[in-house]
Amino acid sequence: MEIIIRFLEKNGLVVAFLLVGLIMYVSTIISIRLTNRKIPASAIAILGGLVLAYFGGIYSGGEKGVADLKLFSGFGIMGGSMFRDFAIVSTAMGASFLVMKQTGWVGALSLLIGIVLSFLGGVAVALLWGYTDAVSLTTIGAGACTYIVGPVTGAAIGASSDVMALSIAAGVVKAIFITIATPFIAPSIGLNNPHSAMVFGGLMGTTSGVSAGLAATDPKLVPYGALTATFYTGLGCLICPSVLYLLMHLIFPA
Amino acid sequence: MTIYGVAILAFCYVTGQLAGELLGYLIGIDANVGGVGFAMLLLILLNDWLIKRDHLDKLTEGGILFWSQMYIPIVVAMSAVQNVKVAVSSGFIALLAGIVPVLLCLATVPLLSRLSKPKPVDQDGDYYPIS
Repeated sequence: MEIIIRFLEKNGLVVAFLLVGLIMYVSTIISIRLTNRKIPASAIAILGGLVLAYFGGIYSGGEKGVADLKLFSGFGIMGGSMFRDFAIVSTAMGASFLVMKQTGWVGALSLLIGIVLSFLGGVAVALLWGYTDAVSLTTIGAGACTYIVGPVTGAAIGASSDVMALSIAAGVVKAIFITIATPFIAPSIGLNNPHSAMVFGGLMGTTSGVSAGLAATDPKLVPYGALTATFYTGLGCLICPSVLYLLMHLIFPA
Repeated sequence: MTIYGVAILAFCYVTGQLAGELLGYLIGIDANVGGVGFAMLLLILLNDWLIKRDHLDKLTEGGILFWSQMYIPIVVAMSAVQNVKVAVSSGFIALLAGIVPVLLCLATVPLLSRLSKPKPVDQDGDYYPIS
């Protein structure tokens, strides 16, 4: 038994290929048999991944979901940012440059609106919970943008570590919620064409959430959403600790 | 050759991500600004240029298409390494701070989509929703 586990651990990435293949296969069967193709197989597989991550996290006590279990360590490589971004870039092969050019300025506008709206939403929730200092409000608001903007902003303006942890958690919740909700909400917000996918990517911003949510909705939309979303975190890191923090500081002076 | 396709993709990835890192450094923030986006644009342009010159054969193309088909499995692996535990267990404030902004933004998607001039559907090519 120990020999087998050591072997699987040593070949982590290949084992991950095998296991993800199995997850996809089972999800396809569930999608066809149980939901009559109503829920796409990819959505079921992604949800399955999240469930695995939850139990992996509880079992190991770590932060990287299922990858903290030695048997599943290859998931960390396969699902890491390098492979993810590499694969996202490759989806551009089927994308139309014309559409991207046409929607370009709306995409940029949606980035700004998305960051400010997310920020304000996060600030409003933090206010409800009794935070009144500009630093904590800004950090939680930044966490509502993405789980990278939160800690970057918090570190820049000197937030306490529990508020930083909270902002990361908010960002992770956001990514997961977008992943799960997108395929269900897509029809009612007209998310079925490249234009709205670019707007969607700019408004939501969190690359993992947008890319997984669009993949579960319609893989053809992924490159458009990813194109705008990729600017979100950088822009958020730029304006959260600066303009938005100053704004918070004016409204809530210490 | 298949490896040519993979190498072209890798070239776009490296160049784009480097540009994103550099842009982040130039505006003084510790984050990659648009790296993936630059890489995607580069791939689109390069692909166009190679097709026009007839340098892109089936195998080379396959080296790129393979990765775009691996995309969903990679996303599944990615979702399996998210810190779901912390998201579920960190209480109501984190849940709300994550969900409220999403709902706010979702509501504005149709509004902003209408701003970009809608085109007849067939100009985007045929549209096949996946099963």
